[in-house]
Amino acid sequence: MSAPGSAVSGVPHLDVDPFDMNFFADPYPTHELLREAGPVVYLDKWNVYGVARYAEVHAVLNDPATFCSSRGVGLSDFKKETPWRPPSLILEADPPAHTRTRAVLSKVLSPTVMKQVRDRFAAAAEERVDALIERRSFDAIADLAEAYPLSIFPDALGLKSEGREHLIPYASVVFNAFGPPNELRREAIARSTPHQAYVAEQCQRENLAPGGFGACIHAQVDEGAITATEAPLLVRSLLSAGLDTTVNGIGAAVYCLARFPEQWQRLRGDLTLARSAFEEAVRFESPVQTFFRTTTREVELSGATIGEGEKVLMFLAAANRDPRRWDKPDSYDITRRSSGHVGFGSGIHMCVGQLVARLEGEVMLTALARRIAKIEITGEPKRRFNNTLRGLDSLPVTITPA
Amino acid sequence: MPAITFIHADGKSDRVETSGDESAMQAATRHGLDGILAECGGNAMCATCHVYIDAAWLARLPAMADDEDALLDGTAAERLPNSRLACQIMITPALDGLVLRLPERQV
Repeated sequence: MSAPGSAVSGVPHLDVDPFDMNFFADPYPTHELLREAGPVVYLDKWNVYGVARYAEVHAVLNDPATFCSSRGVGLSDFKKETPWRPPSLILEADPPAHTRTRAVLSKVLSPTVMKQVRDRFAAAAEERVDALIERRSFDAIADLAEAYPLSIFPDALGLKSEGREHLIPYASVVFNAFGPPNELRREAIARSTPHQAYVAEQCQRENLAPGGFGACIHAQVDEGAITATEAPLLVRSLLSAGLDTTVNGIGAAVYCLARFPEQWQRLRGDLTLARSAFEEAVRFESPVQTFFRTTTREVELSGATIGEGEKVLMFLAAANRDPRRWDKPDSYDITRRSSGHVGFGSGIHMCVGQLVARLEGEVMLTALARRIAKIEITGEPKRRFNNTLRGLDSLPVTITPA
Repeated sequence: MPAITFIHADGKSDRVETSGDESAMQAATRHGLDGILAECGGNAMCATCHVYIDAAWLARLPAMADDEDALLDGTAAERLPNSRLACQIMITPALDGLVLRLPERQV
């Protein structure tokens, strides 16, 4: 890793690879280096601009006309390369096309809909905790962070019970594919054919149970909001981004609460903090670490001039710990006012499933804190490597019931 | 700069100075006011900055957009005819003195 040098445009060039295994193992020193090098940096390894401070990340997210998504939100520029799959109609789209599809998913995942599924999600969380209390020792990733969303989300979508084992591997491909053409991405795409076939099939109207999120998306065709060819691709968005993200979000929250027992005790003392404990875990761990945008014109950003057609890498995780924005950024504090963090993004592309994520996180943390006195980590946590997602592969724990 | 007043569910009130270029939600969170959650950070997605507008002011606010209207159907506390989302109310000098009542809960 070299010190920031000076370049023609005055933008410091850094010799760091934020998609490298060593970086993934401990990204924090590099995040700091990126933040402190300047408001805008250039990464020679992948020929992209980067922003790691809160203000610039927030600014890029909130100027979609200049920093567009339709040329891909990964490194690959859809104007120059053929995407590995048909582009998303919402994530990889700009207004006005995005406005219409976004409205459909917002409606399907609205606060009103969350009220309807809340009791079901909470009951499933209680059931999961019952099972964990029986076992005492378990893997908090497989048996909790994965098992819980898998027990509710595919049903909420209305998926058939066969083939669900493709869901997490498919999401893993999607999030690896936003990265550069490294081994993680190449291997993920090479293995993706069966997962893609499964997903394409499940997105069809006849395969989605009535009343589920998937059927609600297709019902929007009848309302004239979207076409029959658009509906399956919007269902695909929920399959891509609705499961693995919440797995990593819940995994992050449990990992935080197990590492910081005083925060766990605070939560036990006041269960109304469950929702904010989850939100703070999303800030602190940032399960979605990065996204790219592409410039639609030459633009000046915090004194740096960026030409048209340049990729800009946003370090969401680094922004979420920028000391310019956050008091004691490296502390996990469940009473923090974390509103404004960019763990779900910001602006028109801000996570459309954020309410589902918060609901799952809140009811699960409430159920855990009500029933469990202590969570102890009993083995070395193992990290799962992905170009975009940050999370664990396993977290061995032993719990003491309350 | 225009100032606005939030009245909490327990009757206590807080007068908040605004910057002249922010929403009622932003002013509230900048001052660390309890009772406004704003989980989505002002992106009109979460309905956790629900407020009841004092009757005298209701007609003086900018009209509600469809997305705000839909979100208000999902608020945790009861939606009333004077319900609004604080993130959608930009505080202009004309709104100096605005009174907003906070619901008992936001989630």
